[in-house]
Amino acid sequence: MAELGAGSLLLGDPAFNYQEAELNERLKRLYPAVNEDETPLPRSWSPKDKYSYIGLSQNNLRVHYKGHGKNHKDAASVRATHPIPAACGIYYFEVKIVSKGLDFLSSLLPLSPIPGWDKHSYGYHGDDGHSFCSSGTGQPYGPTFTTGDVIGCCVNLINNTCFYTKNGISLGVAFTDLPPNLYPTVGLQTPGEIVDANFGQQPFVFDIEDYMSEWRAKIHGMIARFPIGERLGEWQAVLQNMVSTYLVHHGYCATATAFARATETLIQEDQTSIKNRQRIQKLVLAGRVGEAIEATQQLYPGLLEHNPNLLFMLKCRQFVEMVNGTDSEVRCFSVRSPKSQDSYPGSPSLSPRHGATNPNLHSAGADSPTCSNGVTPPNKNKSHNKYPGVSSASSSSSSSPSSVNYSESNSTDSTKSQPHSGTSNQEETRCVQTILTTVSALLCEVSKKCQTLVAVCVLVEDSCASRQLCGGNQAATERMIQFGRELQGLNEQLCREYGKNVTHKKMLQDAFSLLAYSDPWNCPVGQQLDPMQRENICSALNSAILESQNLPKQPPLMLALGQATECVQLMARVRSGSCSFARVDNFLH
Amino acid sequence: MACLLEAPLRISVLSEVTATSRHYVDRLFDPDPQKVLQGVIDMKNAVIGNNKQKANLIVLGAVPRLLYLLQQGSSSSELRAECAVVLGSLAMGTENNIKSLVDCHIIPALLQGLLCPDLIFIEACLRCLRTVFISPVTPVQLLYTDPTVIPHLMSLLSRSQRTQEYITQIFSHCCKTPEHQTVLFNHGAIQNIAPLLISPSYKVRMQALKCFSVLAYENTQVSMTLVNVLVDEELLSQVFVRMMQRDQPIDMQLTAAKCLTYMCRAGAIRTDDSCIVLKTLPCLVRMCSKERLLEERVEGAETLAYLMEPDVELQRIASVTDHLVAMLADYFKYPSSVSAITDIKRLDHDLKHAHELRQAAFKLYASLGSNDEDIRKKITETENMMDRIVSGLSESSVKVRLAAVRCLHSLSRSVQQLRTSFHDHAVWKPLMKLLQNAPDEVLVMASSTLCNLLLEFSPSKEPILESGVIELLCSLTQSDSPALRVNGIWALMNMAFQADQKVKGEIVRALGTEQLFRLLSDPDSNVLMKTLGLLRNLLSTRPHIDQVMSSHGKQIMQAVTLILEGEHSIEVKEQTLCILANIADGNTAKELIMTNDDILQKIKYYMAHSNVKLQLAATFCISNLIWNEEDGSQERQDKLRELGFVDILHKLTQASDPNLCDRSDTATHTSDLSPAFLQILSSIDRQTGTNTCTLIVL
Repeated sequence: MAELGAGSLLLGDPAFNYQEAELNERLKRLYPAVNEDETPLPRSWSPKDKYSYIGLSQNNLRVHYKGHGKNHKDAASVRATHPIPAACGIYYFEVKIVSKGLDFLSSLLPLSPIPGWDKHSYGYHGDDGHSFCSSGTGQPYGPTFTTGDVIGCCVNLINNTCFYTKNGISLGVAFTDLPPNLYPTVGLQTPGEIVDANFGQQPFVFDIEDYMSEWRAKIHGMIARFPIGERLGEWQAVLQNMVSTYLVHHGYCATATAFARATETLIQEDQTSIKNRQRIQKLVLAGRVGEAIEATQQLYPGLLEHNPNLLFMLKCRQFVEMVNGTDSEVRCFSVRSPKSQDSYPGSPSLSPRHGATNPNLHSAGADSPTCSNGVTPPNKNKSHNKYPGVSSASSSSSSSPSSVNYSESNSTDSTKSQPHSGTSNQEETRCVQTILTTVSALLCEVSKKCQTLVAVCVLVEDSCASRQLCGGNQAATERMIQFGRELQGLNEQLCREYGKNVTHKKMLQDAFSLLAYSDPWNCPVGQQLDPMQRENICSALNSAILESQNLPKQPPLMLALGQATECVQLMARVRSGSCSFARVDNFLH
Repeated sequence: MACLLEAPLRISVLSEVTATSRHYVDRLFDPDPQKVLQGVIDMKNAVIGNNKQKANLIVLGAVPRLLYLLQQGSSSSELRAECAVVLGSLAMGTENNIKSLVDCHIIPALLQGLLCPDLIFIEACLRCLRTVFISPVTPVQLLYTDPTVIPHLMSLLSRSQRTQEYITQIFSHCCKTPEHQTVLFNHGAIQNIAPLLISPSYKVRMQALKCFSVLAYENTQVSMTLVNVLVDEELLSQVFVRMMQRDQPIDMQLTAAKCLTYMCRAGAIRTDDSCIVLKTLPCLVRMCSKERLLEERVEGAETLAYLMEPDVELQRIASVTDHLVAMLADYFKYPSSVSAITDIKRLDHDLKHAHELRQAAFKLYASLGSNDEDIRKKITETENMMDRIVSGLSESSVKVRLAAVRCLHSLSRSVQQLRTSFHDHAVWKPLMKLLQNAPDEVLVMASSTLCNLLLEFSPSKEPILESGVIELLCSLTQSDSPALRVNGIWALMNMAFQADQKVKGEIVRALGTEQLFRLLSDPDSNVLMKTLGLLRNLLSTRPHIDQVMSSHGKQIMQAVTLILEGEHSIEVKEQTLCILANIADGNTAKELIMTNDDILQKIKYYMAHSNVKLQLAATFCISNLIWNEEDGSQERQDKLRELGFVDILHKLTQASDPNLCDRSDTATHTSDLSPAFLQILSSIDRQTGTNTCTLIVL
């Protein structure tokens, strides 16, 4: 068991999994600023970076010595799997001396037989209580330690110092001016020596969180008391300006005016301009994208013409909103509860009603083999994903080959414009790999099959009172399909003018995919229909308008916030430990 | 009128009084109550932050009028509140202002005002009372003169956050004696104040905490109650631990640590409890760090010294925590050379705290080194430590001198240090100087330390003897303080141990037989023990025994008889029997026993005593008497046989104690046993007998 192999993870052990979960949770709490994708935390000793006299066991946490232990040449050490990330701010680990003989332990850079003796290595030795800093001669530091003692090592990456603890008592600073990238390490020299590491698997004996809280308070205090200097008098003005520009940017016209009046500041943009933007934003947020485009074109002529990407984004969104039944181009056809469709998040008319939808779909596609076996809604959804909408759409046969037919017909029709369809064409048509292609096919074939599609719509309409494709109106659906074609045309045109655009293609495919499902609101791409999705496009449009008026496209407040966040991330990369206690979200409530 | 100031001062102040000040006072006498109110409000605005104006108004007699208005039932509640506010503002000025206010009997008037139901008025009164009571010039007793005041204040605690803050602040400043603690405790201070520890207001939490620290100080009753108190289903000790968290304000951490320290010292919390070992102690060590303010470092060090004083394990832990021993060395570096050059204000501040810092460091060192030899070594190895103690012994501040000598005393328990650093730094010199003229508390410590320096193996013993210490010690034995008498006689005892005839003679001469026998009847048993020890040391080695006995034999025998007859502890009797055994060892002195039948009967009695120690000492005495190598041993043996000692010795041979059997064997079969063996046996025993007389003062 002492051999290396015993160190492999016992994945089946539930106790271990529990411990693993506890470890993750504790590490997350201790080092919230650490991005483990970039800089993983040490979690065990490394079976690779060790001397042969070292044996590892118990998930690579227990270290024992198996050398001769006659002199210093027989000393051996092992280090942790990863160096200590700077973003920890303050890093801590503990070692319990299970069996006496441990000479030292430390944090060090290269793998040296005795921690503390080689360059850039630092150690605290148990036999004499001395500390060793990159040399063979020690300094008196702390007490000696022996079997049963728990020795801890805390690396402060903010001031680059280190202190050790013994049984939960801090022994005071051992080293200053530490270099970066230190590894937790232990070294042993006597046969029979055994030590257990705790990288967070268990609660620490020393109250490290208390120590961290002191530094957090220190750094927050430092930030709060940071000298503002010469521009002290202007500080208030800067803050007021930040608030004011934020309000103006988002078009909170009345609030901005009130704020400006109260603080006696000026608003750069004139009232009508703000109101215009506010109106356009409201339209977008209400899902009335078509009207928003119209208004933009009218109020800011040339804007969208100069921003074809933005226009395309808007049109795509418009298509999505048509599916949603909120865009004015389809709403005008709709007779059902137009008000409710106007509503922004949380409105009951928009809330998904899976339970009501699915059983009805069952009856609609009764002969679909996949439908019958589905008992729980998620399963049903999955089955619909495989044979999306199309199967129910086909009036004759509801098996998968029918969808393949569409796929084929699509490829013949639209090879020029759809690179994907070409791909799928080359593949065996029996299996439909990309739903997207199918949907494009559907669109192209729509004139022929219009009747079928409408049938679907009618079915949906009957079954689902709350939400229907295009508001459940046939004319609207036709308009939507026509619009989809226009959109595709626009894409092709853009491709010709500016070359291929992967983002556009993805956007278009996502939007069209909605039609592939009998219940678009409850499908893998259904998220697009969420009113929350309007916010991005809304702010993009707003920024573009502001930019065209020679105003900043981002409010200074957001700029400052972004800059601060970026700074903190940069700090972690350049190994400034204080970043872990200067997190931007600590200041946002 | 009581509030009038001394005449010369009054004139000088009056010369500056402006017409406007007088105008403010005059308006208080207006017949229209509305105008009076406006006058008080204007006065309030005029005095805020203006000490000169405050002094003027006091001199002009505004206080009695304000008090009159405040007490008048016919005054509107608004007017009364405004009066209290103005008085509170006046109290915020100088100490002289407070004195004047107290002289005008402001305290009873304001306390009376607390009975009014109007909360705003109550708060104004409390605020003013608070300001008056936290001043050092106010006699705290004034809070306790009326027994109804404390219960009423307790009942006001529920009224508002302000009343909570002011009342707890008053309590924490006015609780100075165990009697005060008891009064507050009996009126339910703990139950009433405990919930305030989780108040949303920091000020209230802080004042409540301070209250608990003064209540628990050296008070077992309070401390024992505190450990069981629950605040919001949490134990009070846990609440205190939370308040010690490192991100809490320093003041709060320090005060919470004090509370736990006092509870621990009062025995309410064990010294090995994790809240002491892992929380309170590290917190106090942090308070000693360079980053803290000088005041905080002083308080931290003093509290820590107090916490670990009786517990060696805590001393060991503290000695390795955060380099405490080295950290304390920094306490001696004030005022620092840097501060002198750069900043005159800082220099002033440093100077003010320098003494306090030094005495706190000495205290903490004394506490750290009181038990563990390794820690003492660590302390004496700290940079310039011995030099610092030496110079501390002759500092002008009594506090520093006392702390320095305490530290020296603590370190003097180490045999190694006595032999090395103590001798190298000639610490006896300043110590002797200190003994010439010092307050009693310093004398007690200094003489204790001297006792240790006079131990036989201490190289300082010789030079101290030569400096005429005997006279000094003899004068200490005449002191009124039992502690000083003990130390004086103790030092003499240590000095007489294995000393030459000259020293012994000098001790006897300087002390005088009269004083020696007075000490033998001292009410303090410690003094008696040490005096017997001195006697025993004087009566060692044959020639010395005969010499002392020839001159003082009669008195000594009398004293011995008296003690053996008296009601004394086993230890005292044993020591006395040992003295008899020593006398029995003398050549001529033996006869003093042999001719004294009374004494012989007593020895016989103790040989049959139920206590083995006494039996042993008595047998030892007989064995010396019948020693068969000496002249006349046969006669003595015959006489003792006649008196029935042999029978007792025979019985003792069957006794269970092997030590005793051995001894009685010696006595009955002296001729059969090898004389050399017997000699070794008796000399060994004598050695151990005298050794118990030289003790390191602990």
